[in-house]
Parts: sequence; C-alpha cells; structure tokens
Amino acid sequence: MPPFDLSIPAQLTAALGPDLLLMGGASLLLLWAAWREPSQAHQRAVGYASMALTIVVGAYAIWSLYQLRSATGGPIAVDNFRWMADAVILLGTLFTIALSIDDNERENIPVAESHVLVLFASSGMMLLAAAQDLMIVFLGIELMSLSVYSQAGINRRSARGAEGALKYFLLGAFATAFLLYGMALVYGATGTTNLADISSRVTRLGLAHSPLLVIGIGLLLIGFGFKVAAAPFHMWAPDVYDGSPSPITAYMAATVKAAAFAALLRVWMEAFPAAFAAWQPAVAGLAVATMIVGNAIGLAQRNIKRMLAYSSIAHAGFLLVALAAGSTQSGSAMLFYLLAYTLATFGAFAVIIVMARGNDRPVMIDDFAGLWSVRPWLALGMGIMMLSLLGFPVFGGAGFFAKWYVLQAALQSPTPQTTLAVILVLTTVVSAGYYLYVVMVMFMKPRPEGSIAPGATPALTRAVVVFSVIAILLLGIVPDRFVRLARAGIMHAVPTADAAPAATASTAGTATP
Amino acid sequence: MPGPTPLFYTFHFYLFGLIAVASALVFVTRKSPVAAAMWLVVTMFSLAALYVMLDAQFIGAIQVLVYAGAIMVVFLFVIMLLNLGEPSQIADARGLGWKLAAGAVGLGLLAEIFALVRGTVAQPFSLPEGYAAQQVAAQGAISPIAGPLFHQYLLAFEITSMVLLTAIVGAVVLGKRRTDAR
Repeated sequence: MPPFDLSIPAQLTAALGPDLLLMGGASLLLLWAAWREPSQAHQRAVGYASMALTIVVGAYAIWSLYQLRSATGGPIAVDNFRWMADAVILLGTLFTIALSIDDNERENIPVAESHVLVLFASSGMMLLAAAQDLMIVFLGIELMSLSVYSQAGINRRSARGAEGALKYFLLGAFATAFLLYGMALVYGATGTTNLADISSRVTRLGLAHSPLLVIGIGLLLIGFGFKVAAAPFHMWAPDVYDGSPSPITAYMAATVKAAAFAALLRVWMEAFPAAFAAWQPAVAGLAVATMIVGNAIGLAQRNIKRMLAYSSIAHAGFLLVALAAGSTQSGSAMLFYLLAYTLATFGAFAVIIVMARGNDRPVMIDDFAGLWSVRPWLALGMGIMMLSLLGFPVFGGAGFFAKWYVLQAALQSPTPQTTLAVILVLTTVVSAGYYLYVVMVMFMKPRPEGSIAPGATPALTRAVVVFSVIAILLLGIVPDRFVRLARAGIMHAVPTADAAPAATASTAGTATP
Repeated sequence: MPGPTPLFYTFHFYLFGLIAVASALVFVTRKSPVAAAMWLVVTMFSLAALYVMLDAQFIGAIQVLVYAGAIMVVFLFVIMLLNLGEPSQIADARGLGWKLAAGAVGLGLLAEIFALVRGTVAQPFSLPEGYAAQQVAAQGAISPIAGPLFHQYLLAFEITSMVLLTAIVGAVVLGKRRTDAR
C-alpha cells in the first residue's frame, strides 16, 4: 500500500479529515471566542460549541476506523491504532471541556479562549497519534505542550497556579531540547526523519549499535519520559498537577499522557525495532523506577491532587511495561489501559472539583471523611474510580482488565518480561495503600463536627462522573470487544522482539558480498 | 568560487565578518536594552552580507527581512512593553566565578571552531567546489528552498503555523489584564 498523496483532496481527507476538521473548527471558535466581551454566558456558549465539535470529530474518527483504509510510509499513518488513540484523546477532550465549563464558572475565570486552547492541544495530540515522521512528532508535541502550558496558568488569581505553570513551561522547554537533540542525532545517524525509512536504514546499514543512533534514542527517551512523567523525570508533575485548575490537571494526567504514549509506542515500534537490544534495558529500567517511585511516594501524600499526581506517575510506569515487552499485544494493551485510565482519572477529578472550596485551598484526602453519610452517590462514584485505578476485580471494572492485558503483553512477549510483571503486581499491592485509604476515609470515618457538606454537583460535572462509572463497569464486564478492535488493525510495526534476530541476520547478509 | 579568490572578495568578506563580531560584542556589553537591540540589527545586516557573498542571496534577503526587520521590531515592542526601568537598576545577577566559567566555555567553543576550520570535512557533509554557485545559476536561489518547503514538507509547514497561532493565543490569554465577569 503506497502512502496517501496529500495533494489529492480525496486522499488528504482520508488521511487527515478529522484533524483538519478539528483545527478548522477550533480556529473558527477562536474567532467567536474573541468576538465578544468576556463573560460567563459567552464562556459557557463557546464551551458547548467546543463540546459539539469534539463529538463530531470523534464520530468522524470512529467512522474512519470502520473504513479500514490503510497506508504505509509517508508522514501520516492511517491505521486502527491511530483512530482508536484519537477516540481516547477526544473522549478526554470532551470531559475536560465539560468540567472546565463548570470550573471556570465557579472559579470566576470568564475566558472563552480556554476551551479553544484545549481544542488546539487536542489537535496536536491527534497529530502525535498519527505521526510517522519525527518532524510531525516534534510539531505535535509542541502544539500540545504550548496550549497546555498556558492552560496550567489560566487562573491568574492563584499563586500556586502561576508557580506550577512557570515550572511546567521551563522544564517542558528543557525536555523539548532533549527531544529535539535526540531527533537530530537520529537524523544524523540515518539521514532521514521518516520512521519506516529509519527502521529500514538501521537494518540495512547495520546501525543498531552505532553510538550516534543509541545516544539519539536515549535522548528521545529522556524527552518522552519528561512528557509522560516517568521517574526520574517526574519532579515537575506534583507541583504542576497541584497548581493547575482541576479539569486541566485531569487533562494533563490522562490525555497528554495518552498522546505521548501513542507517539512513544509508534516511534519505538516503527523506527527502532532493529535496535531493540539497545533500548529495551533502558525502557525496562525506566518502568521499574517509575513504578516504585510513583507508588512509594504516593503513600505519603495527604493532598488528593498530589496523591493522584504520584498515581499518574505510577501508571506511566505500568504503561512503560507494555512498551518494554515489545510484543504484538503491546499496542492494544496500551490503548485499553489508556482508555480505562482516562475514564477513572476524569471521574476522580470531577469529584475533586465538587469537593473544592475555592480560595486557592488544596483539597485534602481527609476532606472526604464521612462523605458516604452526606453525599452517598458521590462517595460511591469516587470509590469506583479509586478501585479502577487500583485495578480491583469486578468493582474496579476496566481497571482490572487494563492491568491484566499489560501483564499478558509482558508475559507472552517473545522475550518474556517476568521481572517487570512481578514488580508490576507488587507495586500494585503497594498502591492499594493510598487508593483504599480514600475509600476507607469516605465510608468508615465519621464526618468531622461542623464541616459543611460539599455544594450541589453542577450538571456537566455530574454527567462526567455518571458516564465514567457506567463506562468503567461496562468495560469491566465486556472488555474484549474494544481489545479485539484494537488488535485487528494494530499498526504495521514489526514486533520488536521478533525483528531483532532477523535484523542481525540480514545485516550479516549484506556485509558478506 | 573556482580559482583563486580575488582580493576584493576576500577584503569584503573579512570586513563584514569583523563588523559582525565587533557589533555582537558591543551588543552583549550594552546596559540599555534598546541600544543592545540596535547593535544586534547591525550584526544581522553584516551576516546578511556574508550570506550573499556565500552565494546564498535568498537567505541573505530573508535575514534582513525577518531578523533585522520583523523580529527586531518585536524585540523592541517587548522591551518597551515590559518597561525594564533604568539600566542602572538592572544588576548583574552572576558573580565573578560564573563570569570566568562562562568565559572558559566561550574560549572552548572558539578553539573548537579553529580546530574544525583546520580539519577536513567528511565527504557526505561537504559540497563540491563551486556547487552552490552552479545551482543558483541553474535554477535561481529561491526554488531549491520553495520546492521542498511547499511540496515535501508542506504538512509540517502548515502545522508550524498552528503551533505559532497557539503560542500567540496562549500568550495573549495569560498576558491580558483581566476584568472580572459581569
């Protein structure tokens, strides 16, 4: 299958239709957002229109999935992995805008442009999921990061927000430098930025152990490690997650991570399968460090947003296990994990938004004490989210199967990652310490004397909680449909572990004549 | 340029090189930001002249239009908007140790440049003698840039415009003085 020729309109829309629709729609919404004086009514209207646009683009992406078109080569990938990653990203976008509409109103931030910035970030993420060229990967990351940096500081009355946004911006720019330097070295070693060409040249020219390429891959891993908050590149995450408005924190924790992992998986599987032996130990080490650091420090947190920040770091570690396995199932396992994680994270942050009291005061876990007695449904919803993040069977719904599929990918890979699987299970047991603590506090501790009950849940926030709970429980009963769809058209990558011996054989073959 | 380089060419090449280095030195030592920006314009112009002498007329013209023109105007805007105050109030943040370390790094980089000039460039990275001039004579200076930019890399080019738009919107949203909702 040849790559799509983007100068032919029909092929352009087939390859980039949803992306173009989102970018064009967001630009029009930007004009409308800037047209009127800032007010809450206008902010709400632009928010509703942004949600409608997101739904339309999501439907378009899912329709594209069922068209079963595919093409190899070229800068843009057209395959199931991309469309399903888009669906997860757009679900997160929809939740973010829904929560932002209510949160902006409560925090008195009448900025209609904030929703448009979320749409811009999402179009960058969709490019990341599709990128088959390092240049597009870089531009997608920048488009995503620049809008999320400004989102982090959107509440200008919050000193913690300003601190978090500045830290995020400076460290993010620093990480971008690593990423760009890595790309330059990979280009220097192979002479191309196209992922498929990099892979074929690495095999043909026997570059798998060339220092230039290995250092380039290492710098790329550092850059991506920063974006997904993997230890030891996670230092920024707790402060930034704590300071940002809660909907944006959920967006950063779930959706930014989903997009970065989609690009990470594609770059590693499509460009560097022949260098598997060189990068696998590094990715596995990163996964171990991230799982241990995230879960161990998570235990010590009393501020719920910081706790969820460390939980988000820990989940990045679990996802890295799927990447380190390098098996054919890694892609579908990762997609299912990202979907389950997106649902649980947005549900949990929706509850945190209801619990927030304003005045820039952080929400502590102890604020949840006795929530069961005053707001039983909210407590029940939060309980399901926590169990899902933990990966508890049945009541945790999709979260259990998410971990199950990652374990399966790790153990059934051609080079089974038993050690990683054991550490995954052990650190999950540790994580019960903080997830179940929240459940315990809500259901078993008495409500402190004189504490006021949280205010009424706004309609959109309630819709996010209800939708997340239902989707988590449904996916926990019938997970296989989504996974089968993800597995059917997984990207054209040659599974890395299988390719490694083949690659050495073919380089030996070219060397003899 | 095939054959021995004419003296006229060599003289002007070093003249513009010296102007560029000297004005860059003055640029980093000025206390007043506006004066520093003006010296940077001089550096940009000398660099543009050097580009033209290296058969890169298009890049030379773009250097004047974009750097000396557009970007410097934005610099001046930012300097005036930020209103940095009197030059005497802007204290140098770093002590003597930092200055010495920075000087050492600068000398190291300078030594590297001299080492590179004396060494030979590996074959894949060097063009044959007079290649650039031939190419410019054959197809002009613009089409070798325009071709890849608007065909092969058109998608990346268009995404770049989205990145810049997002950066501007983000900066305006954060920088705008906000009146509370009515």
